[in-house]
Order: sequence, then structure tokens, then C-alpha cells
Amino acid sequence: MALQSLDIKQRSATTTPSPQARQTVEIAKLIDVSACIGCKACTAACIEWNDIRGDVGNCVGVYDNPVDLSADAWTVMRFTETEQNNKLEWLIRKDGCMHCADPGCLKACPAPGAIIQYSNGIVDFHQENCIGCGYCVTGCPFNVPRMSQKDNKAYKCTLCSDRVAVNQAPACAKACPTGAIQFGAKEDMKDYAEKRIADLKERGYDKAGLYDPQGVGGTHVMYVLHHADQPKLYAGLPDDPSISPLVSLWKGAAKPLATLALAGVALGSLFHYVTKGPNEVSKEIEDEIEREDERQLREEAK
Amino acid sequence: MTNHWVDIKNADLVFVMGGNPAEAHPCGFKWVIEAKKQRKARLVVVDPRFNRTASVADYYAPIRSGSDIAFLSGVINYLLSKDKIHHEYVKHYTNASFLIDERFALEDGLFSGYNAEKRSYDKESWKYQFDKDGYARVDETLQDPNCVFQIMKKHYARYTPEVVTRVTGTPTDAFLKVCEYIAETAAPNKTMTNLYALGWTEHSVGAQNIRSMAIIQLLLGNMGMAGGGINALRGHSNVQGITDQCLYSDALPGYLGAPLDADIDRKTYLEKRTPKAMRPNQMNFPQNFPKWWTSLMKAWYGKEATPENDFCYDWLPKRDLSYDVLNMFDRMYQGKMSGFVCQGFNPLASVANKKKVGDALAKLKYLVIMDPLVTETSEFWKNHGEVNPADPASIQTEVFRLPVAFFAEESGTCTNSGRVVRWHWKAVDGPGESKGDAEIMAHLYQTLKHMYAKEGGAFPDPILKLSWPYRIADEPSPEELLMEISGKALTDLHDPKDATKLQVKGGDQLASFGFLRDDGSTACGNWIYSGAWSQAGNLTLRRDSSDPSGLGQTLNWGFAWPVNRRILYNRASADLAGKPWDASRTVLKWTGSAWGGNDIPDMRPNAAPEEGVMPFIMNPEGVARLFARDLMADGPLPEHYEPFESPLETNPMHPKNTKAKSNPVSRIFKGDLEVFGTAKDFPYVATTYRLTEHFHFWTQHSKINAILQPEHFVEIGEELAREKGIKAGDKVKVRSNRGYIKAVAVVTKRIKALDVDGRKVHTVGIPITSGFVGRTKPGFLTNTLTPAVGDANTHTPEYKAFLVNIEKV
Repeated sequence: MALQSLDIKQRSATTTPSPQARQTVEIAKLIDVSACIGCKACTAACIEWNDIRGDVGNCVGVYDNPVDLSADAWTVMRFTETEQNNKLEWLIRKDGCMHCADPGCLKACPAPGAIIQYSNGIVDFHQENCIGCGYCVTGCPFNVPRMSQKDNKAYKCTLCSDRVAVNQAPACAKACPTGAIQFGAKEDMKDYAEKRIADLKERGYDKAGLYDPQGVGGTHVMYVLHHADQPKLYAGLPDDPSISPLVSLWKGAAKPLATLALAGVALGSLFHYVTKGPNEVSKEIEDEIEREDERQLREEAK
Repeated sequence: MTNHWVDIKNADLVFVMGGNPAEAHPCGFKWVIEAKKQRKARLVVVDPRFNRTASVADYYAPIRSGSDIAFLSGVINYLLSKDKIHHEYVKHYTNASFLIDERFALEDGLFSGYNAEKRSYDKESWKYQFDKDGYARVDETLQDPNCVFQIMKKHYARYTPEVVTRVTGTPTDAFLKVCEYIAETAAPNKTMTNLYALGWTEHSVGAQNIRSMAIIQLLLGNMGMAGGGINALRGHSNVQGITDQCLYSDALPGYLGAPLDADIDRKTYLEKRTPKAMRPNQMNFPQNFPKWWTSLMKAWYGKEATPENDFCYDWLPKRDLSYDVLNMFDRMYQGKMSGFVCQGFNPLASVANKKKVGDALAKLKYLVIMDPLVTETSEFWKNHGEVNPADPASIQTEVFRLPVAFFAEESGTCTNSGRVVRWHWKAVDGPGESKGDAEIMAHLYQTLKHMYAKEGGAFPDPILKLSWPYRIADEPSPEELLMEISGKALTDLHDPKDATKLQVKGGDQLASFGFLRDDGSTACGNWIYSGAWSQAGNLTLRRDSSDPSGLGQTLNWGFAWPVNRRILYNRASADLAGKPWDASRTVLKWTGSAWGGNDIPDMRPNAAPEEGVMPFIMNPEGVARLFARDLMADGPLPEHYEPFESPLETNPMHPKNTKAKSNPVSRIFKGDLEVFGTAKDFPYVATTYRLTEHFHFWTQHSKINAILQPEHFVEIGEELAREKGIKAGDKVKVRSNRGYIKAVAVVTKRIKALDVDGRKVHTVGIPITSGFVGRTKPGFLTNTLTPAVGDANTHTPEYKAFLVNIEKV
């Protein structure tokens, strides 16, 4: 649940206006890919702080473990080997939620209050309100949210909203040994990025730049890239991400229809329960009756 | 490290070779990033693999594993032939001008004095020429054909860029580019730091790899400078500390050479280890050896150690041969050892040739393991299937496992790579019956002592009369131990120049080793740690990070040995007159009456520049040794030799001399020679290394680490993968002549085939972080593959260059 120190900017599927009396500072996490050594300290810190544990997986022929984001892995390192200007490069990108200013997940979400955007910019999932529809997965232009197999709810990076609320940096930023993950006010992060970009340009990376894509209104997780002209190089980081037109439609012109559709979804769920639920129960009851019959038969045989 | 972690930020060039700090030292690596961000420093990496460090480097050059000396010798040739050296520094602060015995020679890969039968050198011809006063002769014009500078010019002229490329496989343009980066730091106000680790040590020429770099740093004038130095990055958090306290069987604490069989009495022993100055006016600091040794004996034997009994010299064990790890396991393998106490060590996984180690352990009567976690060694007898196919029924060794506390479960000190000693506090009690190492050792000692007292024994005195002044005999506290190591006055100490002046009150802790005496009036468990706990208290507790110079010297943070000095040889950061070579990074300067600046002077504090006291005070020459005279087993100058398992038939430097193919004085055990493989059966060069996600074989017990890196893999280049029909993710079998492992294939652009001496050489990279106990997927031990041959000086095994074959399973 939201902490008192986190003002809410918007809630999914809610029309009630949010408080506006005070303005909090917009924060951002800046990931300087040029200073990242892929040590995975951030991944470990994330697992530790958020108390999530996936399964011990397998090596699939690359350094990437965990292999992908999951309900138990909210950030992963993606390693890409590429040759640029006849020079081998090993690009290592920390992947996870970008905390968009205009979040596709929140827009797509039909469950009131399941997705919250705080006024500091953090986009947070509140699983107690999540209905497990998976629309946030479709709505995300970065392919970040994941459904849990355990409770069928969606999970992703919270930008450590619990830490930020008490003036602490996210666990990943705190753990990063090289300072590749910086955290602070978004404006300060942009200033810092500018210096890093100037340094990269001086080292021959002419196209170095900041990744803060405007298609989603900018993000609260930004990257310094050596090749800002080719975000795709970095394990498929979208060149120009935007919210799916379907989601925009859903929240835009078709809103009345959407409300209707939401009702439809809810109704569908109800039907699902009504039709599927009793089936399962009856099967169990049948089995029970059968076992009971067998017992009686055996006892009679004695 | 001659310098320290934070000092890396002062470098203009960070040169990484023989190490992969981003992978193995990610926390310390922050200072490399800091140097790049704040100083616009360049980062250059030379390695067989484009590794995590290379991923953030400005320049990367590939090299064939095991050919580093050829590469570095090529750099030296570049610097000498293009005159890119720091002339004043080389002339005054190194032995470039010293004259060497006229008989010295290098012929077809062998230095003068070689004895093929003994595989050793008679080093008489490697010494200086001395004048009638006993001082080394010099030619300050550096023109005499027998002076070190001219010998070096001749020696290194052979390592042309073409030769370097032929031997190392490094493309010539890449080699020259690296040379250019390095040569820029010959300017007096430019420095290069060198970061290396086991990538240089673990070769049959390991010590000479590092010597090569030392020569480069001296030619460039980078020793003693902020942002310079030779910086060995240590692996375990406290391996520096354990080395200082005497990890090696050939040393007593503080690197005091341990006595040999031939050292029949104290006088003989001390005379051999107490050098005379080789040039006038030099400090020749090791002349104090008798003070350090005598104070150590007083710490160990207290009142029992007297001048009359040679301070118990006879009670010290005298070495008959080397007790390095390879020799130890060879003796065990031969059935010459009955018991083995294995403290914080996992030899089945860590020592070369796992099969031999397992067979050796099976010949023991008993094996005691002291470790916080279950280790592979403690289960060497257990059948773990293919990864450890042991037959318990045939093994009689009795194994005892003593659970030991982790570092956070006891208080004490840790010494980091930069020699900074810091106290840490116990956070929690260890689980179950675990105990601290000191407690276990104390208990063992008490038991032995009582047995000797009760039952007698062959030579009870060294055990029965050991000084044991601890409050709780079974549990010496870390505070008591550090105070003992640091040292105290046993009686009142008076100024040697003025007997009326009381220097130190009897019973007081000493401020430094400057107060140690050889008459039994002082006790000190380790002279280099002297002052860590002075009358001012426990200095390792200090946590003041204030840094007035901005150089990261933080003199009030912990305690750095020796005497809280942060940069060794710092007198060399200033010119002859005492003016810093680079005033913007002043480490030391002559103030007119004393040495001042931002560090503890590595020099007599009042030695005026006119006195001509040279900066390398630990050398009897007073200067640094480009030419190591008779101090190395395998030559006074580094020479390229092939690894013992080489893809080449001969040493390209000496194709006609089979004796000079590999290190001609490395020790080879019978039985190991037979299991060397040849390029015919094992055509690929293998090299081993760590991964960030794991600490050796330990963190496989931790679930988070296991999630981050779950399963053993090997890395091969795309070309080799194509040839062998191997795809990323395939299971592969890697064989050497000593065994095989199976792992997942990582196919990468980051390992390229190299053109070496006219043939294509592929490299197979094998992480060592795999084992069969813990939460990761059970894996093979990488040391199943490695050969048990080591460096001629240190006997560190050649883990980094050997031959394998690979196939898809």
C-alpha cells in the first residue's frame, strides 16, 4: 500500500481526481551502460531487498541468468555482443521497468487501484487489487510485467517505492559498485547524464546520448547509451516506444465502450467461475463418493 | 599493491593485464571508473578473452595465454628503442648503471651457469662487479657494455613487434597501439597503474611476468607515484593478511625467511639474511633483520628466549625442502604423509590435477577440515557420480569436519590488497557448534601441550614452553592477538644515542618497528604490523575518511602496513632534489628540513636530498632492480618460455634448443611429466578464471548466487564452434591428458582464434566456479584438467595455460 509520503498521481481504472495540493520532486534512476560491468550486484540486491527467489535455472549458453524477467526476477542483465566500427563491444544492459511518465500498463489496467503512479514518477503495482487479466503485459511497450504462476497476479520492479518513500535509493543503486546506477531528482540525473555523454563523445562515441523516450512521455529509468542512435543494439531496447494504439483507443475515444468492455470482462469472469467452478467441485465430489463406495464394498467383503 | 585501491583514481592510464578486476574485484573496480570519469583516464586491457573489464575499456588487445613475457618484453623494447623512458628516474633510482659480472650471458635461451641435470642455475655470473670497498661498481653514463642498461638493450632488442606478434598472436597494430598508450606515461607528470592478479601468477613463468611489468613501471618512472605502481589484486578478502602472517612455508611472519637445514645456528641464519649496503649512504633497511627476528622470538617464547639460548633458535623447525602446495600433495600422493589439517582450504577443487589430489587424500590416515561450509574436499571420498566417481569402500581416510565461524561471526582484522588493516566486529554468533579458527587452534594446542606434559615426547620444549599469555587459555581474544602482533617494550627502552633519555616505558605498546631491538628487550609478532596497536590504541579501528590532499590517502582510516604508509617507495615520487615530479599529485616533498607531503615518508624523515639516500630502502643497493642479480631462480631478466603444455613444438625464441622450450628450472615431479599432453591430441589452449557471480566454490551454497550463475560453462570462439559443430547451450566435453569435464558451451565473439607462429590457435575458456556440493547444478571441478607444474620461484601451479580438446557430447 502507498505510504503516506508517496502522493498518488493516478490510479488505474479510477476517475476520482488525485490530490494536487503539494508537488513532489520527480525522481529518476539513471543507468550508465558505459560504466556497467554486468556484475549483477543489482540483481542480487533486488532479489534480497524484495525477498523474491526464483528457481536455480540453467546456463543456456550465455551469461544471462536469470534468463528473463519473471515474477521472481524484477531486473535482469542482458548481454549483447556486437561489432561497431570494426570494434568488438559487449553491451550489458540492466533491464526492468522503465517507470514511464505515460505508463501503458496503467492505462491498460481495468482493475481500480491495481496500478498506481506516484507523483514522484514511480509506477507501482498493488497486487491486492490485481485481477490477473494480464492487460498490463500487453500495454507495456517494454515487455516488462510478468504474471506469477503462484497467484496469477502481475509483478515488476517497484523502483523500491518503499525505500524511496523513506528517502533511500533503490536497492540496485545502493548495491552498484561502479556507480553505473545513479538515483536522484530527474533533472539532476539529466545533468549527470550530460557529463557522461560528453565524456563518451570525447572517447569517440559520437552518437552517445540519453535514452528518455518521449513516446511514453519520458521515463523515470533512463539510460546513458554509447550508441543512442541504435537503442535496439542493447538487447532490443525499443528505438521509439509508444503505447499500443489499442490501449490508447481503450482509454481515449472508446472510453465509454471500454467501460462497457470492462463490465463485460467482469461478467465473463463471473460466468467462468459459475461454469468452471462447480465442474471442478463436482468432479471432486464424484471422486469422494467413489472412494466411499469402495470402502463400503471392502468392509462388506470382510 | 605498492599503492592502494583508492589511488587507482589518480592514474592517467589503467593498464590491466593478467587480471580481470571488473569480474573478480567489482567493488575495487569503482576506482577505475572513477579515474575514467574524473581524470579522463584511459583503460587498456590485454587478455586472451574480451572480458567484463574489456567491456568498459578504451582499448582491448587479444593475446595467447602464456605468452605475456613476449608481449611485455616487446613493450620494453619499444620504450628503449624509441627512447620513451623517464631518464632521470632510470638513471638515479634504478640499477641501470650497475656493472654486471663480465661472464654473464644468455645463450640460446639459457642464462650463464645452467645445470641441466639439476635443472638449476649457478648464479655467480649474475652478480654485480664490486670495488675494493665492497660497493657495486656503476657507470653513470650508462655506456659500459656490462652495465644493466646496455645488457637490457641487447636482451630486449630481440623482441621486435614482428616477433611479439609471432609469439603472442596479438596483431601488430594492436600491440603497437598498446605500446603508444603505455609510452605516453614516460612523461614525469603522467602515470600508469597496473592491475594484475592470478592471470600473471599462475604460470610456470609467473614471477617473471610480474618482473616484466615492474621493469616497465621503473623505466617509465611510475613507481612511488600517485596513480602508479604494481598492483596485485588479492582474491580472498583477507589473503593479504594471511600472506603477511606467514602463509608460505618458507617464511616466518612479516616475510622473514624461515631457517633451512643449512642454517646451523642463529649466527649463520642471521648473517645470511642481513645484507650489507651495496652503495654508499644507503639505508639498507633489511640490516635490521636481527631486531625483527629476535622480537618475533620474544613474542613466541617470552622469558624462555634469552641471548644464552640463541633466543630459542634451535626450537624453530628447519626446512629440508620446499613445502609448497604441489610438493605437499606430491608427498601425500607418495604416501609420505599420514595426516592433514585443512583450514579454510578446498584443495580437491583448488589444487591442480584433481585426480592426483583425490588419490593423495585417499592415502591419508586422517583428514581434518576446518570450514564454515561443506567443501568438495570434505567429500572427496563420496561418490557423486560422474563428477566425483570415488569408491568409498576402497578409501580408509578418516575425515573430521570442524565447522568454523564466518568472518561476520567473529571480530578481528582483515587486510585488503592495499595493505590497509581494518578491524571488523562480530555481528552474530555462528550457527550450531561452530567456533572461531583461533579458538579451535588454541584448543588443539592446549590438548597437545597436556599430552606432551603427561606422556612426554621427542622434542617437547617448543610446545611446552610456548608463551601463552592469554586471559582465557582456550580462547585468545582477537584484541590480545593484535596487540601481540603489533609489539611492546618488555623493559624500559632508552635512546641508543643518549642513555639518560627514556624512549618507551617497559610494558608499553610500540609505535613502530623503529623501536625494535635485537637484545630481547622488545617483543613483536610481526614487524610489518608494528604500530597497528600502539599506545594510542587499536589504529585498525579508525574510520576517519577525511582526505585533505584529495588523493584518497586518508591516513586516519584503519592502519596500512608498514607504519601506516599508503604508497610504497613514495620517495621516488620526487626528483633528486625532493621536488615532486608532478606537483598536482604530491605524495612526498622535501620541505627544507624534513620530508613532508601526503604520506608517511618511505625514507629517513630527515634525510636531506644532498645525502644521496635513494628511495628503494629495502634494497641494499638503495635503488630498484631492473636486473634482479641472483635473486630469481630462473634468470636476472625475464625471458619468454612456453607453457609446459604449449600448442607449439618449440619456443619460437629458441627453436633449436629443446632445453629452453619451457622454464628450464621449473620443478617437474615424476609422474606429472608423463601426464603432460601434446598439441597432437590436445590442440587447444585452455585458460581458467573466476566469474563475478561466485566466490570460488563457496557461494554455490547461496541460493541468490546460484540463481545468478547456476551451471558450469566453457567459452569458445565462433570459429572453433563452427569447426566442431557446437552451438551455444550444447553440452560439451573438455579433455586434457589428466581427465575430462562436461559443461554447457557458451559460443562467443569475445574469444578469437589467433595466428601464432604460422598456425591458428584457438582458446577454450573455463571458469573455475563449479563444484559438486551446494545449490548450483552439480558440476565438475575445473582442476580435473590442470597440470601440476608450477613457477620456478613460487611453485604456483600453471592454471592459466594448458592444452585440451573439446567435443560435443
